Amino acid sequence: MGKTVLLIEDEQNIIEAVSFILSRDGWEVKTHANGQNAMEAVRAREPDVVILDVMLPGKSGFDILSEIRAEAQFASLPVLMLSARGQAKDLEMAERAGANRYMTKPFSNAEVLDAVRALVPT
Amino acid sequence: MGALNVIVLVSLVYVAMLFCVAFAADRAAARGRGTWLRSPIVYTLSLSIYCTAWTFYGAVGFAARSGLEYLTIYLGPTLVMVGWWWTLRKMVRVGRSQRITSIADLISSRFGKSNALAVFVTVLAVIASTPYIALQLQSVTISFAAFAAVDPTHTGEISETGVALWVAIGLMVFTILFGTRNLDANERHHGLVMAIALEAVVKLCALLAVGIFVVWGLAGGVEQTLARIDQSAIARWEVPGSRWVGLTLLSAAAFMCLPRMFQVMVVENEEEGHLRTASWAFPTYVMLMSLFVVPIAAVGLDLSPAGANPDLFVLTLPLENGQEGLAVLSFLGGFSSATSMVIVAAIALSTMVSNHVVMPVWLHMTGGSAVVSGDVRAVAIRARRLSIMVILFLGYLYFRVSGGGAALAAIGLISFVGVAQFLPALLGGLFWRGANRRGALAGLAVGFAVWMYSLFLPSFGASAVMPQGVLENGLLGLAWLRPQALFGAAGMDPVVHAFMWSLSLNIVVFVFVSLISFPQPVERLQGAQFVNVFDHSAPSGGWTGGLVQSEDLMIMAQRIMGAQEAQALFGEVAREQGMSGYLPEPTPDFLSRLERSLAGSVGAATAHAMISQIVGGASVSVQDLMAVADETAQIMEYSSQLEMKTEEQARTARQLRQVNEKLTQISVQKDAFLSQISHELRTPMTSIRAFSEILRDGGEMPPEGQRRYASIIHDEAIRLTRLLDDLLDLSVLENAQIVLNLEEGNLGALLDRAETAAGLSDNSMTVGRDAGADQVRLYTDTNRLAQVFINLMSNARKYCDADAPRLDIRVAERDGMLLVDFIDNGSGIPAGQQGTIFEKFSRVSENKAGGAGLGLAICREIMARLGGGVEYLPGQTGGAFRVYLPVAEAGAAEAAQ
Amino acid sequence: MSPKRGSVFLARRAYFQRRAMDAARLLPVLGAGIFVLPLLWKSGDGARTVMVMFYIFLCWTALIGLGWIVSRRLSGPDADVNRDPAGDANEQVHVSREG
Repeated sequence: MGKTVLLIEDEQNIIEAVSFILSRDGWEVKTHANGQNAMEAVRAREPDVVILDVMLPGKSGFDILSEIRAEAQFASLPVLMLSARGQAKDLEMAERAGANRYMTKPFSNAEVLDAVRALVPT
Repeated sequence: MGALNVIVLVSLVYVAMLFCVAFAADRAAARGRGTWLRSPIVYTLSLSIYCTAWTFYGAVGFAARSGLEYLTIYLGPTLVMVGWWWTLRKMVRVGRSQRITSIADLISSRFGKSNALAVFVTVLAVIASTPYIALQLQSVTISFAAFAAVDPTHTGEISETGVALWVAIGLMVFTILFGTRNLDANERHHGLVMAIALEAVVKLCALLAVGIFVVWGLAGGVEQTLARIDQSAIARWEVPGSRWVGLTLLSAAAFMCLPRMFQVMVVENEEEGHLRTASWAFPTYVMLMSLFVVPIAAVGLDLSPAGANPDLFVLTLPLENGQEGLAVLSFLGGFSSATSMVIVAAIALSTMVSNHVVMPVWLHMTGGSAVVSGDVRAVAIRARRLSIMVILFLGYLYFRVSGGGAALAAIGLISFVGVAQFLPALLGGLFWRGANRRGALAGLAVGFAVWMYSLFLPSFGASAVMPQGVLENGLLGLAWLRPQALFGAAGMDPVVHAFMWSLSLNIVVFVFVSLISFPQPVERLQGAQFVNVFDHSAPSGGWTGGLVQSEDLMIMAQRIMGAQEAQALFGEVAREQGMSGYLPEPTPDFLSRLERSLAGSVGAATAHAMISQIVGGASVSVQDLMAVADETAQIMEYSSQLEMKTEEQARTARQLRQVNEKLTQISVQKDAFLSQISHELRTPMTSIRAFSEILRDGGEMPPEGQRRYASIIHDEAIRLTRLLDDLLDLSVLENAQIVLNLEEGNLGALLDRAETAAGLSDNSMTVGRDAGADQVRLYTDTNRLAQVFINLMSNARKYCDADAPRLDIRVAERDGMLLVDFIDNGSGIPAGQQGTIFEKFSRVSENKAGGAGLGLAICREIMARLGGGVEYLPGQTGGAFRVYLPVAEAGAAEAAQ
Repeated sequence: MSPKRGSVFLARRAYFQRRAMDAARLLPVLGAGIFVLPLLWKSGDGARTVMVMFYIFLCWTALIGLGWIVSRRLSGPDADVNRDPAGDANEQVHVSREG
């Protein structure tokens, strides 16, 4: 049974692409497409790793990450943040919020795969 | 019933009638009716208070003694009225624009709102007017006596002092009743003026009637009358030139300076235009008044027993010739002359006394703060009433003390010389900016002293007030100081002598002191305003606000003007300043306006003093001084420049702060914008990269999957292109680099085109159009307009969430704007977002069906370039946008070609 | 002040308004002259009270009549053109255009 990835991302095409790449590598991919209720999704799905977009409708990725880190059981849950805003301060904010990895869009498929594999040793 | 009782009854009925007229006129004015109350004829008639009992009875006596000399008393005012363009016009304008309440107020206002000057003028006016009031009381008394003399039923002496007392009390009641109803002297006394106008008609009719009776009834026609004049003692034309010219000048000067004349001419003036009518109507009035004087005098001298008082010919001629009715009319004429003069003089003097003497003293005694204690309004009214009583009592007292003898007869001209002392300060103040307070005070003091010494005191008779020795040998035995032959000018008529010396010395001192002394800023400001009143009639006071508490001002104003008026004024100013409530900012404009309003109630000097107390001493602003800077001293300019410099620095600092804030704001906006652009560009690029890598890496994949990924790449590439196009478009529009391609077009056709381009023609949405209203000619950039229409239509298609989507397009024209409304039947845009939908990258819905959120921003920019706009219309059936643009002008197309 | 173009009527009107103001200023001077004149007459058979009376009342009436005419002339809507320098400048413009 493969490990579970929770992809929180609102752009349909990106969901499809990332799901395809990770599934092909043997990951079980679960998705959530908006900022609201993201925390519930994390609790319900209990993923091994979370891929979190920064610009989400309803709630920003940074806020979601803070909520995740606020709960003891997810304190060490690996989180990979994706951002399309490419600004230096975003990286800072991601680090402060407790992201394990931060990647700027567009990324190569291999990069995502490597990052996820690095975050969750199999 | 005897003649005396008849006359008492008639006067009582007459007075009751005057009461009714005054009361009715006051009521009509209060209700805003009765425009006839404000007619130029009423104004002209009110000026006739110049003709007092002294002229009504006295002119005939004057003529009987000195022939045509009496005419000078009327010729002077005639010349002044005919020459109204020179002086009176300016006096009235200044009086109105500065809300002047009396001649003392005018002079004090002109010379820096100086209270000392006001007090001085007031005292002088009271001294000069009191004997004159006594003269009126005397004339009524002796006319009563004349009736008593021919009354067989009446035995014994009539009590002259008793009559005078009752007349004085009656006048006091009348004056208080109609003269102190309104506190603000500028809320004119309509009832009083009306009563005076009526009295003017009565006295003119009476004198004309007596004249006609004398010429045609007694003398037997014009020729016989002329023959009698030729045979009389006054047949020869032998008036001394000095008296003829001197008295004409004197009466002209007095006409302008008499407090009561100032009251009716300036204070009670309703409209400057009335002066124009009065300029010829008043000379007509006085000409008619003087027309029959010489015939009456000549016939009276002929028919009356030797030693009869010629002053009473007007009364005794009808009486002795059995014309009792005419005699009663004549009595009423004299009675009218006396009462109207006393009433107006009392009002004028009481205004001066209460504003310049009582109020300042009261203010001083109450600690100088109008805010803390007492009701100023009540105090001012009480002060005015008390002043009226005191003035009338003084007149009565003077009558009693002087004994009412022949000494009074000369008092008319003596009074004239007294008030003529105001003339240099008055005219100098109106025409010469160099005139100043010290000069006016010094000139007035010298003129007043010379008048007292050379005319007023000697008039009581030798040894009465002035020792015989002084009169004959001069003060300290110096011959050149003889009161009636100053500087050796012996052999002159005493009145002309005193007039000449007092006025010349007054003028010389006034001019000299003005030349050598330096005026205060307020004086210079007022000087400029008075002299150049026609250049800038908008009066300015020159207050600098700042620390003033509007509330304190409000409290004070309520006490003086009354709560309602004060609230109305404050509320109005507050509204003008764009504020709600009743407390405006204490701007200089507001303060000077308030000061003028208060000045109407308590006089300029007091109003100024009261506001200074609250404002805290600041009096004249730099701007005001700069306004008269053409003769402002260098030091003033220097200090004001310094002040301006600091002001400029403060302004620069303020501007810098503003710019800084703006830059920060722009920087924040720019960051947000860059983030947005980055996001919008990177998102499609992410998909493209990811799917192209998937395709490149190959692997087992069904062909439909490959096709699907390829089409995603294709769509995202298009999305990127469109985004870049939009950004470029917006950037061009925002920088106004766009070149509009203006051309003729038809709105209907343009909408058709847009419908097709927006994909509405596939019946996915019902489009409601009004084919008739569509046919509007356009002259605009049709491609750009179509772009806007397409955007709005495709928005409707994308976001309208109704089951049976429908878009109504309505066209209308309003105020030169063509309105095109796009209204769908969906749920519309939530109220909270309506304000931001035209901002860049703002999206309403969460699905990404649309573009980057630049569409409406571009629409807004385009419409702004086309001279119109686009806005959201709330409260429609669904989402609704209104596009508006200027209607194509008829000539626009031709002009462009 | 810019005079309205092409309106001779207005120019004439303004012109006469100016003259009416001049007349209004001169009128009291004229009156003073008239009223002082009898002083030059010799008393005796040359100047009797009746004669002077007739003279003065006639002149008085004439003066009032003139005052009436002037005041009517000044009653136009723009009678309040008070600034003399501006007024004169205005007038010169009119004159030069008329000439």
